[in-house]
Amino acid sequence: MTGLSTKSKSKHFVIIGNGIAGVTCARHLRKADQNCQITIISGESKYFFSRTALMYIYMGQMKYEHTKPYEDWFWEKNNINLIQAWVSEVDTDNKQLIFSDKTIFDYDVLIIASGSKPNKFGWKGENLNGVQGLYSLQDLELMEQQTHGISKAVVVGGGLIGVEMAEMLASRKIPVTFLVRERNFWDNILPMEEAKLINRHLLEHHIDLRLATELDEIIGDENGAVKAVKIDSGETIACQFVGLTVGVSPNVDFLKGTAIELGRGVKIDGYFRTNIADIYAIGDCAEFLEAPAPDRKNIEQVWYTGRMQGETLAYNLTQAKPVKYQPGIWFNSAKFFDIEYQTYGFVPPAWGKEFESFYWEDQGGKTAIRFLYYKSNQQISGVNAMGWRLRHEYFDNAIQKGFQLEKVISELGKASFNAEFYQPFHQEVLQQYNTQFGKSIKQSKQSFLQKLIGSRL
Amino acid sequence: MKIMQKIGLGLFLLAMLSFSFLPFVGSYQLEADIVRAETKDIHQEAMLEILQPMYGKSYDSNIRFIADFNEYFNAYNEGLKKAEEWDRVIWDDYAFALTKAASTGPVGEQPYLYLGITVLLGVIGALLYILPLYRGQPEGIKNDGIFFSSMKSRGLIGILTGSWLILFYIVLYWFPEYLTNLVLMVDPLSMALSGNPASQWFLYGFVYTLAILVMGIRMFRKYRGNNYQMIRTASVMFFQLAFAFMLPEILVLLNMPWHDFKNIWPLDYSFFYDYRLDGMLGSGALGMFMLVWGIILIVLGVPIFTYFYGKRWYCSWVCGCGGLAETLGDPYRQLSDKSLKSWKIERYLIHGVLVFAVVMTAVTLANYFMEFELLGYATNELHTVYGFMIGSAFAGVIGTGFYPLMGNRVWCRFGCPLAAYLGLVQRFKSRFRITTNGGQCISCGNCSTYCEMGIDVRWYAQRGQNIVRSSCVGCGVCSAVCPRGVLKLENANEEGRINDMPIIIGNKSISIKS
Ligand SMILES: Cc1cc2nc3c(=O)[nH]c(=O)nc-3n(C[C@H](O)[C@H](O)[C@H](O)COP(=O)(O)OP(=O)(O)OC[C@H]3O[C@@H](n4cnc5c(N)ncnc54)[C@H](O)[C@@H]3O)c2cc1C
Ligand code: SF4
Repeated sequence: MTGLSTKSKSKHFVIIGNGIAGVTCARHLRKADQNCQITIISGESKYFFSRTALMYIYMGQMKYEHTKPYEDWFWEKNNINLIQAWVSEVDTDNKQLIFSDKTIFDYDVLIIASGSKPNKFGWKGENLNGVQGLYSLQDLELMEQQTHGISKAVVVGGGLIGVEMAEMLASRKIPVTFLVRERNFWDNILPMEEAKLINRHLLEHHIDLRLATELDEIIGDENGAVKAVKIDSGETIACQFVGLTVGVSPNVDFLKGTAIELGRGVKIDGYFRTNIADIYAIGDCAEFLEAPAPDRKNIEQVWYTGRMQGETLAYNLTQAKPVKYQPGIWFNSAKFFDIEYQTYGFVPPAWGKEFESFYWEDQGGKTAIRFLYYKSNQQISGVNAMGWRLRHEYFDNAIQKGFQLEKVISELGKASFNAEFYQPFHQEVLQQYNTQFGKSIKQSKQSFLQKLIGSRL
Repeated sequence: MKIMQKIGLGLFLLAMLSFSFLPFVGSYQLEADIVRAETKDIHQEAMLEILQPMYGKSYDSNIRFIADFNEYFNAYNEGLKKAEEWDRVIWDDYAFALTKAASTGPVGEQPYLYLGITVLLGVIGALLYILPLYRGQPEGIKNDGIFFSSMKSRGLIGILTGSWLILFYIVLYWFPEYLTNLVLMVDPLSMALSGNPASQWFLYGFVYTLAILVMGIRMFRKYRGNNYQMIRTASVMFFQLAFAFMLPEILVLLNMPWHDFKNIWPLDYSFFYDYRLDGMLGSGALGMFMLVWGIILIVLGVPIFTYFYGKRWYCSWVCGCGGLAETLGDPYRQLSDKSLKSWKIERYLIHGVLVFAVVMTAVTLANYFMEFELLGYATNELHTVYGFMIGSAFAGVIGTGFYPLMGNRVWCRFGCPLAAYLGLVQRFKSRFRITTNGGQCISCGNCSTYCEMGIDVRWYAQRGQNIVRSSCVGCGVCSAVCPRGVLKLENANEEGRINDMPIIIGNKSISIKS
């Protein structure tokens, strides 16, 4: 049997997965090389859509079309071939993919960007109807069906997807019980004050938040549908839907039994190379043999890292001298119902003796900022902000260059990214800093003229 | 929905129904006296004769009254046209004035009652619905369910609403004689403000202003917690009420020409028409001020303010069309088309209209100063075509009627010549931009979806590029709805404003231009 692809002299890059990692890689391959052949294969959808926007479709805030970052003509115009199919096997000897319908497809270079799948931990009842995770478009469709007309839902797992699911259900006026294993929401990432701030906000949104609570089992009815969950205290909570959002893991089952080395994900070196020549992996599905930086994990499961890995691999595949993947200052963001969260640099939930923290929280309890800095030289290592937008460019520079806390505090107006006419919280932060440290530093002031023309600081 | 909101919605629908049917009640009777009072001296004799068959006859509907009027009036004119007696043809439109004067129905007798069961009831109903919105909920903008709403996502209710608006505009612009009852009902108000009876334009201005005020209150509910939205909305409410509605009427009371000091040519396309120029020049110092102020706004105001603040200083803070779009139109902002194709069409259309307006005005002025007979005909033709196609059909019927079909800024985006002018300044010489916050964009698409001007904001944001687009009216909603804090409207140094080949922060391996 011959492959589908037409033979050509230029290289044929085949990418499994049309998520942010695969698509970014394809776009940059095309930018660097007008002649190569590029195919993206994905089972989930023909066109790239933004996974991070799945919740908004359910909430009626957007339609599926709105989640596509590029219009449909974009792919043809850039000569990127899209195939909607599931790859079920990879024949590394013959450089061929085998689709679930047994079609065979040739590649010269294979890029695996197959993303993640929701975790399941072998709970009793986890396969009942009405029990599901949320990762793909198909999951969303299922959730649409399974939550139709229900009167109670339980979400298990206090991470980012869990809180999104709670918000989704709440937007449809479905009462939600939210089971969180940690003592405070997401406190394996957030320091206690921030975590508690979010606890309060969830309660304000009438989420029945159960902290330090674990799922025991899911109870079904005679039709195989969920009717309740039992938690570790022995209490049962009646419900018709259970969202399992206890993390994700690399979606690599289809590679089992091939020569490609797998750990939890596809094992790669700092250049995204697997153990097989001409096969690379990027994004959620990739597991670095060695973490890319001391404060990074071996598997990076966020949007931004998928994008950066895609860019970098495309560079390596088209330039003579490949570079090692080297992410810069860490950054991330999320939104918990109405409260936005941004973080730059290194702010773990708990820190060692070499660090000190400066934390300010607004009286309303919905806006907060934390700086972590080195005791020895006062240089900041990172910042967390709740309900306060910060300027990425400023903090990327400040953390890299090791700005001292005092400098950053006095420049907070400039470092802020809040909309115009926003409450000037930076004055309050400055005051607290002055009181706490017995200082009298001042904010760089705007002149009258600058104020008049609304110039940025 | 709370019970109060349901009542409010019910009252509002009732008010809409009575507003829609009120034009068709009452009876009409024409007398020679009325004709004498409502026609110009030169037409009086002819009109008295033409309409003779109607005298003393009582009509129980305006439809039949107007039908008879048209029949007799047109027969007269057609006859003359056939005989090519052009100078005897009556070009003036007396249908509105005569129908209004001939009305003997209940509306004229009890205008306040009818104002109460239409407009006032509508306002009360709307407020009952709006005020409890988001009560008891934490601050935060909620766009939940918008695409499940038939009204807001081009469902049947949206299409019906659009059709109603389109119909209303067509009647208002071209068949106002059918609306005389509605105009009668605001007569006392107009008398109180300007000392003159109401025209259909007074009615329109009144309803328009109320729509901005009531829906402005809705904006305060919806965007609470976002000071930029609050202040901006208060600003359009103020400018509409004070500058567009009250002040011009007071000017008329003082025997001055009707004038809206915040309206700028070429949106105010008749600014240089001979009757306007004569009106201003013939009204002493204040009239002179109107003229000079208007010209200063065009040659200095637009470039200077736009340089410092972007075109938002006008389009989403001051302008009346913008004011309606930002308030009444806000629920429809997500319906604007974001495709590249629509952007192309937009650029052709809006700059085409600008060229048309400039050429028309140049011809008008040439005609005015040279009193050149040849250009007189061209001027009239141009005025007629522009007034019909752009001033009425585009700005009114399509501009507002299409809110529920194509979003709330169809006119501002595709047609407004002033927006085109402001946009050119904004694009090429301004301190305004929407800054993209480094690499924080997750391509979710909220910004693009809720951009009323159809800008694909995400296209720029996801590649770390600032948004510098001539069409951006600076409403600030992209920034407000972005869940990751990526967008910020800013006035700052021109340096670094336009970054065509941005580098997204965060990847130290390479500096890739996106
Ligand atoms: C609901 C939700 C919200 C999120 N929100 C955020 C956020 O706010 N910020 C953030 O940084 N991250 C967020 N994430 C995580 C982020 O979306 C992922 O890190 C990112 O999408 C991973 O991109 P990727 O390209 O590696 O893989 P994916 O986007 O998962 O794409 C992989 C694609 O490959 C396809 N595929 C897999 N196997 C095969 C096969 N055998 N054959 C064919 N096709 C296959 C899959 O169907 C999928 O379409 C969120 C994730 C979810 C689920
Ligand atoms: S709303 Fe914000 S995160 Fe979403 S696409 Fe726009 S800029 Fe990016």
